[in-house]
Amino acid sequence: MEANPHRILVVLPAYQEERTIGGLVRSLRERYPYDVLVVNDGSTDGTSDAAREAGASVLDLPCNLGIGGAVQTGFQYARDRGYDTVVRIDGDGQHEVEDIPKVLEPILAGRADAVIGSRFLGETEYRGSIPRIFGIRFFRFLVNLTTGYRVTDPTSGFFAIDRRLIAFYSDHYPSDYPEVDAYILMHRLKARTVEVPVRMYERAEGKSSITAFRAVYYMVKVTLSYLINRIRRFG
Amino acid sequence: MNRVTLFSICASAGFLLYILEMVRRRKLREEYSILWLSGSASILVLSLKQDWLVVLAHAVGIVYPPSFLFLVGILFILLILIHFSIAISKLHQMNKKMAQEIALMKNKSSECGTASGGTE
Repeated sequence: MEANPHRILVVLPAYQEERTIGGLVRSLRERYPYDVLVVNDGSTDGTSDAAREAGASVLDLPCNLGIGGAVQTGFQYARDRGYDTVVRIDGDGQHEVEDIPKVLEPILAGRADAVIGSRFLGETEYRGSIPRIFGIRFFRFLVNLTTGYRVTDPTSGFFAIDRRLIAFYSDHYPSDYPEVDAYILMHRLKARTVEVPVRMYERAEGKSSITAFRAVYYMVKVTLSYLINRIRRFG
Repeated sequence: MNRVTLFSICASAGFLLYILEMVRRRKLREEYSILWLSGSASILVLSLKQDWLVVLAHAVGIVYPPSFLFLVGILFILLILIHFSIAISKLHQMNKKMAQEIALMKNKSSECGTASGGTE
């Protein structure tokens, strides 16, 4: 297999994904020369062992920190070990592994500091529920209004970032539902962002982390922390 | 001395002593006791010195002076609750940092174990 000259790390946060994580890690390692890191967010099932057996490095969080805290740990790992680029994809198989080169290309070509995979660009087969589509529209509007970034998929968890963002996110990354908030952080750093079309699927196993009741909490929490991040100082 | 005054004095004095005792036994940290102590001390003083209570109540436009005691009590409770929210947020942040450090350290130490031929 080729070397990993750009020092690319694929980070997969995983919580109770023992049935899917192994296959996902294996398919990543078969296709790409990149290092694979699974951040096990306090799972009580065999997620950690399944990931390790499949050949990933594993970070075992002693308790469940939530998606943002888990992903941030992955960024800290990448920072400490001097990786140039982190690709973050979901550990539950929602994101198409084959689309990783598309997400990496603008960074490797030096055209962007952050690349976000969008399920709404180009041909899409994604069909979300009505509240979810409403939420996405709302966040699109909010991001565009406050940062000027024209985004189609503000809640996408399929993205790649460069060293500068890795270092910044290692210190400042929201605890839960971090993707929308991250636009404020990127805007602060004057990062060049690009969206590329990617495929996303409905979850094969388990439930989405966003149930109907949590949707309202999600909207309020994200909007609040987003607006507060807008007026916050980062030391 | 009427009954409500007596009750107010006994309750706030008892509360004050209870808090002091908790701090003395190290069941309550000093920094968390400050608001409790100043709250109960304020109510105790205003119960003992009723003319002060009347002056203060009238100064803020309260006709019935004992209401001012409630106001003081509620304000201290609000302050204490905000203080707790801040303390919990701080603990939350520290807890997250520690969990992250532990995960990174465990990963590093297991790598050292395998590199030196250990079975982990």
